[in-house]
Amino acid sequence: MGFFPHLLLAILEGTVAAAVLALSALGLALVFGVMRVVNVAHGEFFMLGAMLAWWVAKSVPGGPAAGFLAALIIAPLAVGALAFVTERLLLRRINYDPEATIVATIGLMFVIQQLALTVFGADAKAVSAPFTYRIALPWFGFSGYKLFVVVASVFILLAVWWVLARTKWGLVMRVTQFDRETATAFGIPVNRVYSAVFVAGAALVAVAAVLIVPIQQAHYLMGLDPLLMSFIVVIIGGLGSIKGSVIAAVIIGMADGIISMFFSPTLASIIATLAVALVLVFRPQGLFGVATR
Amino acid sequence: MSKQKLIVPDKKLVSRRSALKLGGAGAAAALMGPGFVRYAQAQSSEPIRIGFQVHKTGIGAAYGKWYGQTTDAAVKLINEAGGISGRPIEIIAEDDATDPGRGAEVVEKFATQHKCDVAFGTLFSHVVMGSAPRAGELKIPYFVVSEGHHVASGKLNRYTFQPGITDVRSQVISMAPWIAKNLGKKVAMIFPDFAFGYDHRDYFSAAIKAQGGEVNALIPIPPTETSFSRYFPQIPADTEVIYHVMVGPAVLTFVKELGEYYGSNHPPLFGFIDSLEAVSLKSPGLEFLEGSYFWEAYPRYAGAKPTDADTFYRGKVGVDQYGASVSDPNDVSTYSHMFGCWETLYIIKQAMEAAGYTSTADRAKLIEAVEAITTIPEGNEHPQGDKVFNGKIHQVFGHQNITQVKNGVGELVYRTTIEEGMYEPEDDYSKMAL
Repeated sequence: MGFFPHLLLAILEGTVAAAVLALSALGLALVFGVMRVVNVAHGEFFMLGAMLAWWVAKSVPGGPAAGFLAALIIAPLAVGALAFVTERLLLRRINYDPEATIVATIGLMFVIQQLALTVFGADAKAVSAPFTYRIALPWFGFSGYKLFVVVASVFILLAVWWVLARTKWGLVMRVTQFDRETATAFGIPVNRVYSAVFVAGAALVAVAAVLIVPIQQAHYLMGLDPLLMSFIVVIIGGLGSIKGSVIAAVIIGMADGIISMFFSPTLASIIATLAVALVLVFRPQGLFGVATR
Repeated sequence: MSKQKLIVPDKKLVSRRSALKLGGAGAAAALMGPGFVRYAQAQSSEPIRIGFQVHKTGIGAAYGKWYGQTTDAAVKLINEAGGISGRPIEIIAEDDATDPGRGAEVVEKFATQHKCDVAFGTLFSHVVMGSAPRAGELKIPYFVVSEGHHVASGKLNRYTFQPGITDVRSQVISMAPWIAKNLGKKVAMIFPDFAFGYDHRDYFSAAIKAQGGEVNALIPIPPTETSFSRYFPQIPADTEVIYHVMVGPAVLTFVKELGEYYGSNHPPLFGFIDSLEAVSLKSPGLEFLEGSYFWEAYPRYAGAKPTDADTFYRGKVGVDQYGASVSDPNDVSTYSHMFGCWETLYIIKQAMEAAGYTSTADRAKLIEAVEAITTIPEGNEHPQGDKVFNGKIHQVFGHQNITQVKNGVGELVYRTTIEEGMYEPEDDYSKMAL
């Protein structure tokens, strides 16, 4: 295969990787940004979303497309409900203390993981894409659904940006993020905002999982990878900056696609990890983050 | 619960008189019972305790579940037939989380805490590598069902055996002649980037060269990889066969992406069923495998003429003719590996009875008895087929199978002889001190 087709495949793969990264990190960035807490169970919410996509696709008659659409509604609702319970019973009880939240969500991570193992079993589960279309290029073929994921993630990112920047809800969230106490003084129900943000973060990652699972597969240990990658994206992008996360996802995704194709995947991982270290040393607030007040 | 409640029982539940009665009976039982039983049935009626190191959680959990089910079925059968030398088997299962460090701890627990007679059942090679040295130090016989080449390589110790399943080296060298003759001689190998994959790489490369063929590309893939399209440009255009052996859940993605990359026009595929154990070949995305070939230790699909032993074995383990659970056709077994648990338990029984094994003091005799085993006949105890055991390298040799995927099931196209998988022993454990 010549250089051009090679590069084309690398860019396509990089774009898909960037979309997957941005989608899975979005929920974490939102929660991290507004609530200033780290949800270690983020990856397990992703896994649950994927497992539910498999379960719904299996249970709903009418082919993969119907199953996919049903999963797109059911999975975020179910995962959001779990997040709501978690927020009420766990995070609120420990008063969103950052350290305690990390420990509590690590515990939650194991609980969800082992429950998934018990309920769904240990085998990998394939989920059909809602449509199968193979883009036949002269040198190789590429999945049409992967490009659909890219388009869908752009759409979702724009939607989240619009909510945050252009609606009253977004304003309330931004105010809470900016200064919790002043927000309380202005009569903003901060607790309810936290609740909503945590649920929205979980629902977003469940949507991401439903979209992504047809190009991967559902497995009870699948949450670790999106968790790590989401952290890398959020740290490089800047705490709470959706724009920063998206740009970080594009940089890491493209770098991963191109470096791993022309050199080695291990080198791509080394560079991504090194980038995190460098950002933490030289710009601890991230590329687009604002230093905390 | 308060302490008070624990000390003073509710009077309604236990009156003083009934407490006395109970206590008296208990005391009598304590004094008489065990002594009496021991006297009547002799010490040897105590169960043989087999420590079962099982991947209940972690990356090996899909295998662990079926290893458990097969082990339970075999133990039930052995116990119904009188156990080992008249003593029942008791399985003490411990989860190793498919982790080598935890594996060594589990072996230690078996030896020191549970007082097991032997340890058994490990699959993943890194867990075997992590656990075997501890088994050697504690001098507890350790029977693995792993198919890794590490036992036969001579790198472990006299206490570690693999008598129920063949090793990777034997598997791949027996496949090479058939691949060269029927599929092609220029082979691109895709394999996991760790020890298990290196066994494939090294021994298959040598074996295909011996057939006048060559490996034209080696494509190692990190075990944590989730996306594969980026590797496929490394497959040269003149490749005649794509040889793939993958592990872990991402293998479904691997096959899907290979299908998207090549479409319908691709070189023949030869894969190892390890990639798709516990996965239905009818899963969405696996249509691409239609017509491709697989190595299987023990064909998942029973075919038109299964042996009586195979039918018996499937019935006892609870697996249908397609290799899936009889209660759930979507619950596919790890058919090419789990038979090793069944057959290993029968080897333990055979060796313990031959050695006149009575307690852990007889472990040396047990080890010599296993090493003395040579030929193993096919039958209900060894349903996969007859085998030859090499006591020097503690490794069994058997028949291998090549199946072709037709309508989503693997149909047998070739079964090797045992000799096709034989190689010169690299070491001799039997000369090591006990």
